[in-house]
Amino acid sequence: MKFRVERDVLAEAVTWVARGLPARPPVPVLAGILLEAGDDGTLTLSAFDYEVSARVTVAADVAEAGTVLVLGRLLADISRNLPARPIDVSTEGSKVQVTCGASRFSLLMMPADDYPTLPASPEPTGSVDGHLFTQAVAQVSIAADRGDTLPILTGVRVEVNGDTMTLLATDRYRLAMRELHWNPTSTDADHVVLIPARTLSETARSLGASGSIDVALGATAGGDGLVGFEAGRRRTTTRLLDGEYPKVSSIFPTTSDTEAVIKTSELVEAVKRVALVAERNTPVRLRFSDGQVAIEAGTGDDAQASEAVECALTGPEIEIAFNPTYLLDGLGAVGTDWSRISFTQASRPAVLSGQPEQDGAADTSYRYVLMPVRYAS
Amino acid sequence: MRSAPVILHLDLDAFFTAVEQLHKPSLRGKPVVVGGVGGRGVVSTASYEARVFGIRSAMPTAEARRRCPNAAYLYPRFPAYRDCSLAVMSLVREVTPLVEQVSIDEAYLDLTPTHPGADADEVAAVAEGLRARIRATTGLTASIGAGTSKLVAKIHSDLAKPDGLALVPAGEEAERLAPMSVRAIPGVGPATAARLATHGIGTVGRLAELGADEAVRLLGRAHGTQLHAFALGLDDREVVTERAAKSVSAETTFDVDVTDRVRLGLHLRELAERVGERLRKDGLSGRTVVLKVRRHDFSTLTRSTTLDQPTDDVPLVVRHAERLLAGLDVADGLRLLGVGVSGLSLYTQPDLLDGLLDAPEPPVRAASGDEGDEEFVRPDAGGGAGSGLKDAAEGEAALTEEAAMTSAPTWRAGQDVTHAEHGAGWVQGSGVGRVTVRFEGPHTEVGRIRTFAADDPALAPADPPVWHAQAEGGAGAG
Repeated sequence: MKFRVERDVLAEAVTWVARGLPARPPVPVLAGILLEAGDDGTLTLSAFDYEVSARVTVAADVAEAGTVLVLGRLLADISRNLPARPIDVSTEGSKVQVTCGASRFSLLMMPADDYPTLPASPEPTGSVDGHLFTQAVAQVSIAADRGDTLPILTGVRVEVNGDTMTLLATDRYRLAMRELHWNPTSTDADHVVLIPARTLSETARSLGASGSIDVALGATAGGDGLVGFEAGRRRTTTRLLDGEYPKVSSIFPTTSDTEAVIKTSELVEAVKRVALVAERNTPVRLRFSDGQVAIEAGTGDDAQASEAVECALTGPEIEIAFNPTYLLDGLGAVGTDWSRISFTQASRPAVLSGQPEQDGAADTSYRYVLMPVRYAS
Repeated sequence: MRSAPVILHLDLDAFFTAVEQLHKPSLRGKPVVVGGVGGRGVVSTASYEARVFGIRSAMPTAEARRRCPNAAYLYPRFPAYRDCSLAVMSLVREVTPLVEQVSIDEAYLDLTPTHPGADADEVAAVAEGLRARIRATTGLTASIGAGTSKLVAKIHSDLAKPDGLALVPAGEEAERLAPMSVRAIPGVGPATAARLATHGIGTVGRLAELGADEAVRLLGRAHGTQLHAFALGLDDREVVTERAAKSVSAETTFDVDVTDRVRLGLHLRELAERVGERLRKDGLSGRTVVLKVRRHDFSTLTRSTTLDQPTDDVPLVVRHAERLLAGLDVADGLRLLGVGVSGLSLYTQPDLLDGLLDAPEPPVRAASGDEGDEEFVRPDAGGGAGSGLKDAAEGEAALTEEAAMTSAPTWRAGQDVTHAEHGAGWVQGSGVGRVTVRFEGPHTEVGRIRTFAADDPALAPADPPVWHAQAEGGAGAG
């Protein structure tokens, strides 16, 4: 095998593919990146850890087609640090020679025959705007569980129904849901999948810069249990989480007694300040009354803080307590100047939505349901 | 450290057995052992009469029976002990507000607020007054150690036992401690003592002479510095009134080592339910789930996991405890299993998905009833609650004997009962479908015994009796 490729092209491709390489691979070959140089002037780089596969194709001057497996992280480090000149890659015996200007690297060739076969490239079931999708995934994945008590809760539930895509995640204490439009290849598209949240948000971020992302769900994704994403010349597949997702639709309150509209940035700043005394995420207490919300944290034995923020209230006054991190996560995700919070009772979930104008209506395409903290006594 | 010996350590003498002798006239002056009476139980408390035979706390009950077959072996009656403890502690709080109750029968007092500038004579008078009032009001005897620090007070309450006062005047601490074995110092266990012994250090005085630097070289920085200071009688620990509960736990000792994971899972669930019940009752929740196991060879392990959020949710506690148990090798059998929750806080983060998640399948109940349940162990229940147990050794009594072999009601030795015809009494023994009851109370003569069928409808469990001060004449709590 022998090919020449531009430094920037190789560095970008290797970095993207190597991003998902396991730090401690269960099998040594999984630390590798598979380089396939084709006679058609393409270089394809692949990585796979049985869960996630990544594959990107770039243009290269291929003098001799072939396939090699080299240590992925090492190749990524090398390609990033080489001077901005064409890079020559060739095989010599059991070594892979990487030459760029006066720099020469000799890398050990890993046994490519032992490398697992990547899942087949899926046929897309539809496409979604890259920026929209990236934003939606970020809004929802904050609510996914980071622990490992209940594996299904570490996933984002993605449901498509016609041209509506609904993303949902919960870690039992808060739940985030976002609805968005996508372009299904067939109008009767109907799928529900559970994608690991961490992988999904990495994938969305790394593909979002492209205008449009092709999404492959269901049986077309090269067998059940896989979801595929493709943007530009980057393709990735992820193994789906298995299990019955809890039926969360009953969590959304059907009514609201009190609604508060607050400037998002003001509430965020105030909660952040007050929460400085809330050690280890002890609750912040919010007292909503007409004209303002008073925010307090800390107990008599420790430091205390309080602050008030303007707020427009409809309905009866309410006093409620939240984990400050959960509240801030939600406020950070609405992405609008104003936030609307709806309450029923201090012990029941509150719903947070964004609102573009102070006097307008809430944008309920994003809803963040937050379970309040309950005090003893 | 105070400049006068105003720090007191009060310790009730042989507390559990003293209460038994108080409530059961027939046991006064006789050897009494309270603890796990079943095959695998251990002694919680031995009365002074029983100690003559060499019976000690934490000794397997089987060994105690060999040493003294004629002693009364009784199950603990925690409600009775708790009542007595509450009465004692309220007398203690009349002396000074600065009281740190460290267990059901032990407390530190700092007299500074109520007796400023007290000298040794005044402290001695206060302490003797308190001991007399405890004796008169509750019928129990207490021993008190007094000194300028908790260390000196604690060591000397032990020396004062039983029914005594030992006061160490300011400035004499090091001198008094010097001839004692290093084991007298809290924090010196068998391992540290053995290490010190290899360097020829057997007494506190020798440890003090060693110098701080040498002690640190021998025992490490933290341990060495602290123990050396203790050896000189220096102890800066304050008497702290409010010690919030740090954990809530429950544990059970098996009569026969258990290797079956299904059965262990079942017990785990029961223990977690008791912990959850207790948490909810006290309005507490905790972030750290702790699993405790004791193996066949008495080696004890704890494993813990910390959650994002404090919880009082039983299924969640069960799930984490199960994972911790799954990580342990139980092939050789466990003799004790415990579940606890620590990192307590006064709020809970309720779960949005409550009721929406499938509850984990309860394991199939194994057909047996050969193990006893243990009271909650809550090492430092908040001031006044007095529900803490003395120490781990007291908390691990296995509480069954012939339990659950038949469907008849279980009568435990020592249990308070009432009979429709004969009145109040206590269970002296039971088995093969019969139960023997001695009908007596704190203020009666030694009662007569009668035997009934275990399912006699006239016989019912009863609340602990109450000892009244006015009957002092007939109730010397030997």
